[in-house]
Amino acid sequence: MRLCYALGACAFALILWQGVVWITDVPQFILPSPARVAQAAIANRILIAQNAMVTASEVSLGLIIGTLLGGATAILLARSAWLHRLIMPLLVFTQAIPVFALAPILTLWFGYGIASKVVMTLLIIYFPVTSAFYDGLTRVPSDILDMAKTMGGTPRHIMWRIKIPHALPSLGSGLKLAAVYAPIGAVIGEWVGASKGLGYLMLLANGRAKTDLMFASLFALAIMTFLLHLAATKTSDYLSKH
Amino acid sequence: MGKSTLLRVIAGLPCAGKFDGQVTASDGATLFDRISFMAQSDLLLPWLSVLENTVLGARLRGEQPDLQKAETLLARVGLGDHLQKKPSALSGGMRQRTALARTLMEDRPIALLDEPFSALDASTRADMQELAAEVLADKTVLLVTHDPAEAVRLGHQIIVLAPDAARTWPMPHCDPIRDQYAAQTVACQANLLSFLRGAP
Repeated sequence: MRLCYALGACAFALILWQGVVWITDVPQFILPSPARVAQAAIANRILIAQNAMVTASEVSLGLIIGTLLGGATAILLARSAWLHRLIMPLLVFTQAIPVFALAPILTLWFGYGIASKVVMTLLIIYFPVTSAFYDGLTRVPSDILDMAKTMGGTPRHIMWRIKIPHALPSLGSGLKLAAVYAPIGAVIGEWVGASKGLGYLMLLANGRAKTDLMFASLFALAIMTFLLHLAATKTSDYLSKH
Repeated sequence: MGKSTLLRVIAGLPCAGKFDGQVTASDGATLFDRISFMAQSDLLLPWLSVLENTVLGARLRGEQPDLQKAETLLARVGLGDHLQKKPSALSGGMRQRTALARTLMEDRPIALLDEPFSALDASTRADMQELAAEVLADKTVLLVTHDPAEAVRLGHQIIVLAPDAARTWPMPHCDPIRDQYAAQTVACQANLLSFLRGAP
């Protein structure tokens, strides 16, 4: 039923879009019709697929490394109140720096290859993952922790046996956010300097006034983000249940 | 000081406020590592099975748990057929029995029970009172309760925490578990309830 609603909403949006193009008679290089975008997507399917694979690799690597780093940071912060007081304000401050501003610097440091995009992606998801997981780790009911103390539990085992399992649903929520943010990081990195990837293809298409190809690339990116979010939701559900 | 706070102080858990004094056992030895704790809420970890919840203490200490002993204890509290179930699949009484098995598994000489049966329905509560009294018979048990009937039925000694002072309440001349319908028990309950309500 939910799928029917989603398909219905998509069909409505496409009809609206086509209607706007017909009524306003806007030039195709400003706003191509859905049919034109579909044609461009089919004609350039291999080109789009190749570049999507590059972006998907950057996003996946960034997600994996960012999640591992964010998870490890959250555990460290949860284990030491002193470290939390020292590091957390710094982490919050780094969020005030616009990611766009970092992209040229990262390209300068890590080059035009995949590394700068992966770093960009992991920087974008690092904070949401850290913050969500840390919240889960520090919100274990105090009664349970008191019981663990009376049982003579060691901090390490309390962390692994109680705090981390308790925080996994929170980590799942962080992953869902990260899945939406991650492609933004990769595409920004590709815009600043790349020779492959959907962001690069969009810039290339834009420069050659191939707006239909730009839209087709955008849809490919949206589908990738949707699939990532779906995977993160499934992971989050699994973590919550188990 | 409230009843639960008193238990926390005895268990060596952090409390709001500052308390002077020393808590010692009659043998003079330290209470550290000799106390097990059972709270009003069962505090079962939802991601663990009944068996794994029962051996949680050993896992938290990094020891190899005695699963055979845990299974025997769970059978004793009537959960022998539910070892692999998650807490969400259990009734309130079964969850509290798992918590009791976890307390027993710790095998500590002193058990602190903070209103452990107050969230249960009347018949399950009566069953749990009898079960707890039976399986904890060889231990020193400090049970906090708001229920005069529970205190009179189960206690060897009742200490009433009144606003002015703590006082020892006179008990019927028979051992627990007392017959709840016996005249002595009923009279003791009635007197205690009157005292708690401030009646003359």
